[in-house]
Amino acid sequence: MAPRIGIVGIGHCRFGNSSDYDLVDVIAYSAADAFLDAGGLALRHQVDQVLVANMAAGMFNHQSAVASSLVSRMDMEPCPAELVENGPASGASAVRLGYMAIASGMADVVLVAAGELMRTVTGWEATDIVATMAHPEAEYNMGLTLPGFAGMFTRLYMKKYGLTERDLALVAVKDHANGAKNTYAHVQIPVTIEAIADGENADVVNNYVAEPLRMYSTCPVTDGSAAVILVNMDSPKARLFNKKPIRIAGLGAATDTHCVHNRKDPLVLDAVRLSSERAYRMAGVGPKDISFAELHDAFVIFELLISEEVGFFERGKSFLAVREHQTDIDGRLPINTSGGLKAKGHPVGATGVSQIVELVRQLRGEAEEGRQVRDPKYGMAVNFGGFGNNVVTTILAKD
Amino acid sequence: MAIDALEQKLRPPEVTLKPYPAKVIKLASGEDMVVRECRREDAGALLGTVYPLLGVSKDFYDVVAARMYNEILAWFRYRIANMFAIVGTIDGVVAGIVTSRHVDQKLGMSLHTLTIKRGLRVGAQLFAAKMEHHLDVLGEEEVWIVAESPIGFKRWMIEYELEDRSSGFPAVRHELGGVPTYALTRKLWEAVRPVKCTGTRPVADAQLRSAHKLIMPSEYVQLPGWKRGA
Repeated sequence: MAPRIGIVGIGHCRFGNSSDYDLVDVIAYSAADAFLDAGGLALRHQVDQVLVANMAAGMFNHQSAVASSLVSRMDMEPCPAELVENGPASGASAVRLGYMAIASGMADVVLVAAGELMRTVTGWEATDIVATMAHPEAEYNMGLTLPGFAGMFTRLYMKKYGLTERDLALVAVKDHANGAKNTYAHVQIPVTIEAIADGENADVVNNYVAEPLRMYSTCPVTDGSAAVILVNMDSPKARLFNKKPIRIAGLGAATDTHCVHNRKDPLVLDAVRLSSERAYRMAGVGPKDISFAELHDAFVIFELLISEEVGFFERGKSFLAVREHQTDIDGRLPINTSGGLKAKGHPVGATGVSQIVELVRQLRGEAEEGRQVRDPKYGMAVNFGGFGNNVVTTILAKD
Repeated sequence: MAIDALEQKLRPPEVTLKPYPAKVIKLASGEDMVVRECRREDAGALLGTVYPLLGVSKDFYDVVAARMYNEILAWFRYRIANMFAIVGTIDGVVAGIVTSRHVDQKLGMSLHTLTIKRGLRVGAQLFAAKMEHHLDVLGEEEVWIVAESPIGFKRWMIEYELEDRSSGFPAVRHELGGVPTYALTRKLWEAVRPVKCTGTRPVADAQLRSAHKLIMPSEYVQLPGWKRGA
């Protein structure tokens, strides 16, 4: 029987522009923050395994071997350390592998630290670097980018289900309302539906990025890091940490075809559905048990689609729930309480860990006033890699 | 030579520029930003707004603030020809400032863009207003532009797809020095105006009145912990 595994420390930097620092400094900041949260920096010497999540330091920062560098920067040698790269799902993948390391008996304490510095390049170059995860011949070489893909995807959804651009803006308004209260968010400014959708100046204030997606339908380019400390709750080492563990109840991962055109229906995200089903099964819960969720809204259409695939809403109905404020912070099922990728930001390799930090913060009751979910029991995070071809779902529980 | 006569010798020749008509832009936050041309009596508030940023090295605020301080002071004291400044205010508080110079009927010389309130594309809107003044109001054929910060380069050179004129150096040389010169031509402006430039005219009297007496920001995100007068 697998041991109970929980999170006893969380760390997070303020997302945004970290151009004054190097990548390893930024990751080390969150790692140190996690140890301080757990009880003190000396706890780093209890770590049996370090996993670092990062997507593209080689391209963004001309840097490799980031895990080795982090261990040295943190004075944690000779602790084993490896890098985990799974596109924008690198963060949740690293947490999943950390769980597996403890479950296998090879470790009792695992530090998962994640980071990405993307603002070292222009927005266009960042878009190009992220696009390298598309299929090289069938997609990337044809000029497809992730915003381009998401734009086509949104158009298809609009045609099939009646979604409007105003509905996309409503998701952004909700996410920014949460982000404005999150001290770690990149964009801490609330936006209004009048300004970004209804008003006379909206076409320029909220200009098209990849029609029908506009600036406020798309995440910003962000630097940032986050970290969590996983522990075998049944190990004597667990007693060394001050914080009551938040248990990892369910984990699920799944893949789909690399080429989007090989899928029967491009609007069906099989990997999201499968990964969530696996996580539900492991946790012994279903969609109705989830108190709140962090869903990978690199483009706001993803928040809608993912919320349908994981079973929160019927297919084609999620935007109606947004209209009815069901996903607001005080709604029936709050989604992206952190502000999501849309407002909090999306430093690609760090996002999955950042989502899990938010789950822990909410389950501990430590979120800022105005964005704390009332008495949550289970939180779910869906970290979405590629164009839905590699997805990791995590469910945490407050026991 | 009498002092007044000497002063007249020191002052640059100037032409009377057409005024920039004020407009209001609803920012994403829902706040209304009034965009208007600065008057000479605004100089004190403008200088007081810029001054605290002289020591902020991040994102080259120090360079831009120092140069803009010089430009506004020189404009106020008649040491630069045909300069104009445009300010964006929210409830009277300065959110951003742009400076520029009319060279002749064909050419405008963009000087600086200083964003005080970050995260709402205030700088982008004010830069667009500056280009609107040069090309649509003053009727120039093109504007020369340089960037002194990476953010400026991303916002202007890349987003506007400006023409790179650096190969023409030294014949083509922006007045701010040897930084590579780029140009916004009328043709480029016509292409980008619909997606870059907005604003509602006329501005309601009450809003215009609130924008007339400039209020210096009491705090700056660029200066955590700093408070005016503290």
